[in-house]
Amino acid sequence: MLQDQDRIFTNLYGLQDWGLDGARSRGDWDGTKAILAKGTEQIIEEVKASGLRGRGGAGFSTGMKWSFMPKEVGDRPHYLVINADESEPGTCKDREILRHDPHKLVEGALIASFAMQAHTAFIYVRGEFYNEAARLQAAIDQAREAGLIGKNACGSGWDFDIVLHRGAGAYICGEESAMLESLEGKKGQPRMKPPFPAASGIYGCPTTVNNVESIAVVPTILRRGPEWFAGFGRPNNTGTKLFCISGHVNNPCTVEEEMSIPLRDLLERHAGGVIGGWDNLLAVIPGGSSVPCLPQDVCGDMLMDFDALREVKSGLGTAAVIVMAKEAFGRQTDIIEAIQRLSHFYMHESCGQCTPCREGTGWMYRVMSRLVTGDAEIAEIDALEEVTRQVEGHTICALGDAAAWPIQGLIRHFRPEIENRIVSRKAAIPAAAE
Amino acid sequence: MPKLTVNGVEVEVDAGSTVLQACEEAGVEIPRFCYHDRLSVAGNCRMCLVEMERAPKPIASCAMPAGDGMVIRTDTETVTKARKGVMEFLLINHPLDCPICDQGGECDLQDQAMGYGHDDSRYDELKRSVVDKNMGPLVKTIMTRCIHCTRCVRFTTEVAGVDQMGLLNRGENAEITTYLEQALDSELSGNVVDLCPVGALTSKPYAFAARPWELKKTETIDVMDAMGANVRVDARGGQVLRVLPRLHEDINEEWISDKTRHACDGLARQRLDRPYIRRDGRLQPASWEEALAAVAAKMAATQSAKIAAIVGDQVDSEAMFALKQLMDAKGVLSVDCRQDGAKIGGQARAGYLFNSGFAAVEEADALLLVGSNPRWEAPVWNARVRKRWLSPGAFPIGLVGAAAPLTYDHEHLGSDVATLQAIADGSHPFADVLKSASRPMLVIGMGALSRDDGATMLGLARQIAENCNLVSDDWNGFNVLHTAASRVAGLDLGLIPGAGGHDVAGILAAAKSGDMDMVYLLAADEIDSDQFGDAFVVYQGHHGDRGAHRADVILPGAAYTEKDALYINAEGRVQMALRAVFPPGEAREDWKILRALAGALGIDLGYNDLAGLRATLVAQHPHFELIDIQEPGEWGAFGEISTPEDTPFETSINNFYMTDPISRASETMAQCSQAFVEDKMARTGTDG
Repeated sequence: MLQDQDRIFTNLYGLQDWGLDGARSRGDWDGTKAILAKGTEQIIEEVKASGLRGRGGAGFSTGMKWSFMPKEVGDRPHYLVINADESEPGTCKDREILRHDPHKLVEGALIASFAMQAHTAFIYVRGEFYNEAARLQAAIDQAREAGLIGKNACGSGWDFDIVLHRGAGAYICGEESAMLESLEGKKGQPRMKPPFPAASGIYGCPTTVNNVESIAVVPTILRRGPEWFAGFGRPNNTGTKLFCISGHVNNPCTVEEEMSIPLRDLLERHAGGVIGGWDNLLAVIPGGSSVPCLPQDVCGDMLMDFDALREVKSGLGTAAVIVMAKEAFGRQTDIIEAIQRLSHFYMHESCGQCTPCREGTGWMYRVMSRLVTGDAEIAEIDALEEVTRQVEGHTICALGDAAAWPIQGLIRHFRPEIENRIVSRKAAIPAAAE
Repeated sequence: MPKLTVNGVEVEVDAGSTVLQACEEAGVEIPRFCYHDRLSVAGNCRMCLVEMERAPKPIASCAMPAGDGMVIRTDTETVTKARKGVMEFLLINHPLDCPICDQGGECDLQDQAMGYGHDDSRYDELKRSVVDKNMGPLVKTIMTRCIHCTRCVRFTTEVAGVDQMGLLNRGENAEITTYLEQALDSELSGNVVDLCPVGALTSKPYAFAARPWELKKTETIDVMDAMGANVRVDARGGQVLRVLPRLHEDINEEWISDKTRHACDGLARQRLDRPYIRRDGRLQPASWEEALAAVAAKMAATQSAKIAAIVGDQVDSEAMFALKQLMDAKGVLSVDCRQDGAKIGGQARAGYLFNSGFAAVEEADALLLVGSNPRWEAPVWNARVRKRWLSPGAFPIGLVGAAAPLTYDHEHLGSDVATLQAIADGSHPFADVLKSASRPMLVIGMGALSRDDGATMLGLARQIAENCNLVSDDWNGFNVLHTAASRVAGLDLGLIPGAGGHDVAGILAAAKSGDMDMVYLLAADEIDSDQFGDAFVVYQGHHGDRGAHRADVILPGAAYTEKDALYINAEGRVQMALRAVFPPGEAREDWKILRALAGALGIDLGYNDLAGLRATLVAQHPHFELIDIQEPGEWGAFGEISTPEDTPFETSINNFYMTDPISRASETMAQCSQAFVEDKMARTGTDG
């Protein structure tokens, strides 16, 4: 279990002052100039050595991503884009950072931008985060006033500023290339890759897009050393991580924990356990709505990290743990309906650009709706599974995959449930007709 | 030059190619809907997926740059499965109303469904239906058929330069639309019909007219403007049903203007299908013998100085040549092919050609437009200017003349002659822009040249060409943009007044004052026919338009789709048109009429058939033999230096959709004119 002295987000619950003074009292902006003095290569090396993997869902090595930027600034300026368009159902970690620890993000933005030789960072904040955006803007203004960013940021000689941009409520704008389109003032539709943002991102310039949490942990990593950060979790899955626990637990919360913590420990220590006890657990969606759900028997000794969850054909995603109990609040949980609701979400949020996702998400949702009532044939389960395979991997961005995976997880683990419903409905109909 | 392996075959492709192009190089056909050679890459249909070694997922070959050492496979089960999956998705919400769809038989979706479709659907849900959009008189929409490839959106924004189409909403509710349900206000809008891979956008005038396999297809040349766009004329029976573009990289790429495409219904209206003679003040049907005899008798009885001939804008070279021979034989000097009074011709050939060639604008790095609105005078070339403007590298564009809604940023330098003079004497800053360019272009249009002082305008333009280094050993940036398809050939053939002869204005003045007894109009309709006074007017042409109304004898000729003929476009490029249908009724090919008239006059033109005519033509004008070759014009003296009049420039075309007898007879063009020109004019409060 993570010790208090090892927490990065020491004001996660907003019990202290979010402002510059409070942030300084918690150690933020301490020796930033010295960190920058390490030089770009050293910073990137240390981030690599810390083993930090992107916290936005894909889990790509952050240091590696930074190193893809051109070494020298050519005729096109470099940019950092910070993805604060946190819209994944179940996920509420970046929101807490924006609310209560915005200076961690501002300081991280400076260091990351410096490491990639960018003078400007764009922070794209989810449109619904109105108060959070205001809070972040206030923090940016405080930092600018204190000379921490702006011209000669922190006395480092590096000019740096932050532009905050609010989204307009589209989930797809959380996809990095759609975010760049949206920032450019265009319709938020993902771009083809290649070219990757590091070669041609916003306004055709070299760009890195990072999640809020990935950036916010960087200053602490550099202050306490990469070995410290790498000391948590299993190899290749290092560090501390914000987990967002929601659903049928006694005490839903966002909590910072070590990577690779067993799921059961996480739920029981921080969330007060599953409602009705561990045996009442039906399924867990371990990484936000996009990843396949896992039934109770898999959850028993499961570790919460990228590799362990991939082994069980799910994923850590954003580490948003959605817990479903067999029975809670006097009601049986209908897992099919739960997944159907997610299918509706993806149908609603599909941008409509490429064929498989545009046409497939609606098809999947409609079949899922009939599976909820059992108004289907058994063979349609396989057909649905095949449709998810036709969407997965054939789209421009990962939204197609995200729409397909929850259904695949459902069919993989709860097929008998679906079949039962179809059979019992069939049984009920002739009886009524006779 | 990256080398890659496609299905085990090694190919080398140009740097910057895509995997799709590499596959084509290797002879492997890649199915596609959204990809188009001349549009930006969208990569959204996902039909072109292929497998690439070391890639975890299939890749969209249209968007993937070809890299050295790539190993591509298109024949694996994964690829076939991916494509079949995409096809299934495209079809689940497609209405499959092929039997009543105009695209049937030439539909990409239909064709590719043969390769990748299932014979049965497993989609049991309700299909999406989409409300049709109003896109004006040319484009019919059945939006339920749309597969969201966005080719139309990319064409209108990138090539046509109008931001009037887009994709609204998202997910399965996404719809292609013109934002405010407005008609597509572009002279190139018809091209979206060709681009649409399904039947969502079809041709409104051609709706339910024919199936592609019923049509006889003839590859020929357009005469609606002076570009000479390469077209294919589709006809059934004796009727031209549609005109489609044909590929010619140097002229029209694969676009044509809406007038080229849709004026063809005018070919079936207002046609002159038999000779007429005016008797008792009324035009009455006559036989060919009577009509020719009447013309011959008048011609024989009239002094040559009192005979004149005016040539129209769409006349073929053979007819002009025959007319020239006939008039020369009669000693007629008042011959003119410049209905609009343009002061060109008779001097160096470079003084009336589009010397650079249409494609050369892509290499140009500065452009000065003088008295020209290319958007209406040559819409396809205008799109090419836009293409150059969109591509990298500075491309300053200046316009001297009436302001025009061009589809690219340009500086309107002024609409008065003083501006042109200032550029010519080097005191205007744009002169420096031209001087510092390595490939500067000047394009002078009929808005300047058809002025009374057009020769001075030509002289000023020549002065600019000389002073600003527009002409060098490997570059000639001096260009005249014609509006008449027949003009360059007419000038080449010398259809201008001989010494002592009158030009068009002089002919009209003489006719009005009674000094001209006979005027021969060869399909000339763009002149004021009230001005002929008591002259005996012969009209030879294909439409009952202005000229025919005033005529004393009508000799029915053939329209451009009805004869084998040679045309020379504004660049000076000779092109051969082929007959798609026969002229209606008793109408005849124009050279034959002139040959018969010569016979009636006892004049021997030296041939009895088209081959003989062409041999004679080529003997006198050898460049007519060089089909599809742009014979450069020699640089020399042209224009004149004198004091110009102090009147502002005007546009030469006031209504793009009504410029010639064919488009004036076209119902489709009338609708366009209403929608795009007349509706825009200021309305009074009592309108409607």
